Amino acid sequence: MQATLKKIFKQRYLLLMLIPGMITVLLFSYGPMAGLYMAFIDYKPSLGNFWESFFGSPFVGLQWFKYFFSGQDFVRVLRNTLASSVLTLSFKFFVPILIAVALNEAKGKWFKRIVQTSSYLPYFISWVIASNIIITMLSSNGLVNQLLLGLGLIEESIPFLQTGKYFWGIIAVSNTWKDMGYDSIMYLAAIASINPGLFEAAKVDGAGRLKQIWYILLPMLKPTIIILLILNIGNLMNTGFDQFFMLGNATTMEYSDVIDTYSFRYGIQNGMFSYATAVSLFKSVVAFLLVVTCNGISKKMKSTTLF
Amino acid sequence: MKRVYLREKIPTYIGNILVYGFLGFILIVTFIPLWNVFVLSLNDATDSMQGGFMLWPRKFSIDSYITVLSNPEIHSAAKVTILRTLIGIPYTVTIVSMTAYVLSKKNLIAKRAINFFFIFTMYFSGSLIPTYMVMKGLGLIDNFLVFILPLGMNVFWMILVRTFMEGLPDELEEAAQIEGANDIQIFLKIVIPICTPVLATIVLFVAIQQWNSWYDSYIYTYKPNLKTLPAVLVKILNQYQTKDMAATAKAATQGVTAESIRMATTMVATLPIIMIYPLLQKFFLKGMLLGAVKD
Repeated sequence: MQATLKKIFKQRYLLLMLIPGMITVLLFSYGPMAGLYMAFIDYKPSLGNFWESFFGSPFVGLQWFKYFFSGQDFVRVLRNTLASSVLTLSFKFFVPILIAVALNEAKGKWFKRIVQTSSYLPYFISWVIASNIIITMLSSNGLVNQLLLGLGLIEESIPFLQTGKYFWGIIAVSNTWKDMGYDSIMYLAAIASINPGLFEAAKVDGAGRLKQIWYILLPMLKPTIIILLILNIGNLMNTGFDQFFMLGNATTMEYSDVIDTYSFRYGIQNGMFSYATAVSLFKSVVAFLLVVTCNGISKKMKSTTLF
Repeated sequence: MKRVYLREKIPTYIGNILVYGFLGFILIVTFIPLWNVFVLSLNDATDSMQGGFMLWPRKFSIDSYITVLSNPEIHSAAKVTILRTLIGIPYTVTIVSMTAYVLSKKNLIAKRAINFFFIFTMYFSGSLIPTYMVMKGLGLIDNFLVFILPLGMNVFWMILVRTFMEGLPDELEEAAQIEGANDIQIFLKIVIPICTPVLATIVLFVAIQQWNSWYDSYIYTYKPNLKTLPAVLVKILNQYQTKDMAATAKAATQGVTAESIRMATTMVATLPIIMIYPLLQKFFLKGMLLGAVKD
């Protein structure tokens, strides 16, 4: 006991420096977690100020969850969430590998630099700006329609963003477009750490470029690929909010409404605070379990396959 | 002899076409969309409505920019965005680096528990509505501080800085300790100066986050004088999404359309990012690799 107190006294300046960070996390991360209690009450803002309403509203148990699971919306938003994130993953996952392999094969320093510089750029702009660009590209007289018209592939402009069945694909391509350059960095780093002697040995044995990629490069990248894949699967429920909020509209609602936008609409726009909280609590819990499971698996694999 | 040479050469040609073709494709799809918006923002709005691909403005005009830059709403939004970025950078960097320093200490009391306290927030969040309620309870609705205080701590960045600090040799601090310096003095005079590279990365992270934030302004503020540039852009985007194209086209007045205003506003919001892009590339990527190695 005395030893502990002594240690605390000795580290008093350190503990002092910890306070701002702890208070910030306590207020803005743990505060909302405590506020998840809202999902189990029938929050009535009319009961007075916030605290009076918070503690005065009747406890309803799992009523909001039952309401959500038994409604038609549940299947629809869960389908949209999973469909768009699985489609995104299957597309977004492979392009960065291709980019890294191609950059490794290409000669010409300045050309590689320009490609890299350009491909990282979309990552740094916000979804607000990215959505503005994507909407411009996909509008009826935008570049994509002009290109398709010019090539004679279509007779008249396709209203991409007003057609529900294109929406998941647009999300998948947009996510890929935004992150592919940045995601390729991880693979480039992995390629850079491969012993060049392996390639030279293969060359001596008469292996061409394709064979070197197939038999050396890809097997060496395999651990990185598998771990990133598992981590990505862990994040399947975390689709992101911005792109759905900005690219979706009333005409594509059937396909663009994911759990996050659904909860946003009910909470902020319709004022059904408790219901919206229940919906996002469901998502948070499932996402949490998925991430923790996948992180656990990847950690296990790291220790067995990498080292 | 010659036949062997050819047989070897043909796959090389095909390989080159595939490699350079693919990279060229990547270059085009990442560069042209942004460039196209830039060109459209500088092209005469009525001329743009004819469509057609342009690599350069067909009919050069800065009318859209004049309209955007003389709009008081944009003025106010730009001011708020610049202010929150300038205040947010020192605030967040201070808290993040202090926390990182404390957690980099090997003999810190209750280190595991404190670590868990921070890490857990990366995996589980209280979600939208309860967060809104917390802001309301703290009186942060319609308050400029809502742009600063909640963003003060970021666990991911803290881990980046902590990793860097853990790599520093112990002797540096021991020498100062013998001379009687306390932890705060060591932190300020010894640790911070050595950590400049990783702190520069964090400065850029914060700057980008502050500059790009729209959500807090959109949800937690109602006063027009607290709207940020991205929040105004979201509003423009929403209006555009709900209107149909014909109505947008009709709104053309004096060489300016809703469409060209949208382009010019987008460019105004993007320009600062492009300007610091060389720095970003240098530090951001380094920061990411630093995190990747340790995770």
